[in-house]
Amino acid sequence: MSLLQVDGLNVSFDTPDGQVTAVKDLSFSIHAKQTLGIVGESGSGKSQTAFAIMGLLAKNGTASGSAKFNGTELIGLSQIELNKIRAEQIAMIFQDPMTSLNPYLKVGQQLNEVLVHHKGMNKKAAKAQSIRMLDAVKMPEAAARMNMYPHEFSGGMRQRVMIAMALLCDPKLLIADEPTTALDVTVQAQIMTLLDELKRDFNTAIILITHDLGVVAGMCDNVMVMYAGQTMEYGTTEEIFYQPSHPYTAGLLESVPRLDTDSPILATIPGNPPNLMQLPPGCPFQDRCGQAEAQCFVQMPELVSFSHTRQRACHAAIASVGAL
Amino acid sequence: MNSDKPLTKEKILSVRDLRVYFDIRREGAWPWQKPLVLKAVDGINLNVYAGETLGVVGESGCGKSTLARALIGMLPARTGSVIWLGQDLTKMGKKQLRSKRQELQMIFQDPLASLNPRMNIGDIIAEPLITFHPQLSKTEVKQQVQAIMQRVGLLPNLVNRYPHEFSGGQCQRIGIARALILKPKLVICDEPVSALDVSIQAQVINLLKELQQEMGLALVFIAHDLSVVRHISDRVLVMYLGKAVEVADAQELYTNPKHPYTKALMSAVPIPDPKIERNKKVQLLHGELPSPITPPSGCVFRTRCPEVQAQCANKCPTLRAINGDNHEVSCLLV
Repeated sequence: MSLLQVDGLNVSFDTPDGQVTAVKDLSFSIHAKQTLGIVGESGSGKSQTAFAIMGLLAKNGTASGSAKFNGTELIGLSQIELNKIRAEQIAMIFQDPMTSLNPYLKVGQQLNEVLVHHKGMNKKAAKAQSIRMLDAVKMPEAAARMNMYPHEFSGGMRQRVMIAMALLCDPKLLIADEPTTALDVTVQAQIMTLLDELKRDFNTAIILITHDLGVVAGMCDNVMVMYAGQTMEYGTTEEIFYQPSHPYTAGLLESVPRLDTDSPILATIPGNPPNLMQLPPGCPFQDRCGQAEAQCFVQMPELVSFSHTRQRACHAAIASVGAL
Repeated sequence: MNSDKPLTKEKILSVRDLRVYFDIRREGAWPWQKPLVLKAVDGINLNVYAGETLGVVGESGCGKSTLARALIGMLPARTGSVIWLGQDLTKMGKKQLRSKRQELQMIFQDPLASLNPRMNIGDIIAEPLITFHPQLSKTEVKQQVQAIMQRVGLLPNLVNRYPHEFSGGQCQRIGIARALILKPKLVICDEPVSALDVSIQAQVINLLKELQQEMGLALVFIAHDLSVVRHISDRVLVMYLGKAVEVADAQELYTNPKHPYTKALMSAVPIPDPKIERNKKVQLLHGELPSPITPPSGCVFRTRCPEVQAQCANKCPTLRAINGDNHEVSCLLV
């Protein structure tokens, strides 16, 4: 059975200009110990998907549809019930390590709090466990660091604290929302190596939300490509990178500059991402797509499975995308 | 500039031993106590030739943005010189420096924050032109604004719109149009694409390359993304803690990095190819970036260097040429 099963998830926001649908009819599942990458550009709804699952949507946001974690429906669950699942079963790492820690509290206090609250530990046991966890994320001088405030840490160190905090209760699922976007490449390499080791040691399933295709290539088993709140394509990492079946995925892969090649002119996807307030009928990628047909402007293609590991939402023939 | 096809590259900007220091007041210090000195840029030498792109890479805090600002005199240099076409910018008065700015323009990192929200984009793009060429008539200004807008891929009928109505990529195009309307010789780009999405980033990089060829621009392209820098640069300078550790032709640097920091930096960049990425050996750097207030003795990289030796703590390495004169490294061990 899958650990997390999302079915027909919709997320919309009430704004002064009307309702915006950030995530539209999204379905996916993740099994224990798996790593799923969610890839997309800003505004594609990848972070809002995570927030909806965690019950962390902004006040003007509403989620509908279903997200079942180990059989428990998360959408519409009360805060009290959610608090039991959050941290203990599902933990989250946020993009900005600078702002996700409380600046007024010592790091040790923030870590201990989790254990005291969720596991009912006494302070002494909580402290010992927190130090062990800081050691596990390779924090130098872990015991001494417990008495420091977040501003005394560098960005990479703060992200280690966040990861340690997320793993304190041994969650089954870790949602990492752009965990390395704010960090330098050498620090990013440290954090990704760390996540990879933790995945092995703790058997945690990970949903990795990122716009960096290189990070996905190194770490994920499966990849979901999102555009304008919808899934464009789903498959194993190898399939997505070597045989993209959607023009958007193919275009994205070609427009990334690579360190190991030197092409004079980069392939681009023309145009800009669509305005979610005024989505055209049909496929949201229509006006940037090199293979748009008349049908694409009328009807959104359904997400269909075309092999036991893959799904795509596109009217164009698979063979024609492969030839890009 | 006089000959149509210069055979030898003309040096337009030459920076010698540039140092930018900031005074930091210690907490609780008495007013008469000497402030601490933060060495943001510490003895940089570089040359920019006409029509080429010099990439500057390094991690946050290495001084690349400070360098950019010091190059066009937005920050005062403690010592050293910035020679622009034979004249030292650091010795110029405000007025004279300002007149030079029409030859030296800048593009900033945050596309929206670098545009005045209360001006429409026609006025934003026209402002440098009106400032430096007040004799131009309104129609001439309008013509030039429309021409440059068209060139950077903005529809000329958008002149009356305001910056908030544009996406990040379009705002960056506006910033580029504003920088290029005076037909500068050198544009300093401080992380121009790091705030943009991948598909938009590629559009802006290609646009910059096209414009460079058309207008014969030289670019100083500052970025933390090594892959982007490879695609746009002719030569690349790698910075660490305010110092240049390696300078080389882009092709040479990326295929044959010599400095241990450059090697570590390159190995850390993820490559969007699962087979290559998973079999790649990453040289992890341990520890943290030292404080630029109290940099390590000798080589600044020695505290994190995987190949460090005893001599590195005593001797300060300087840039010296290896493999001919297009590859310089600052390391005692190379």
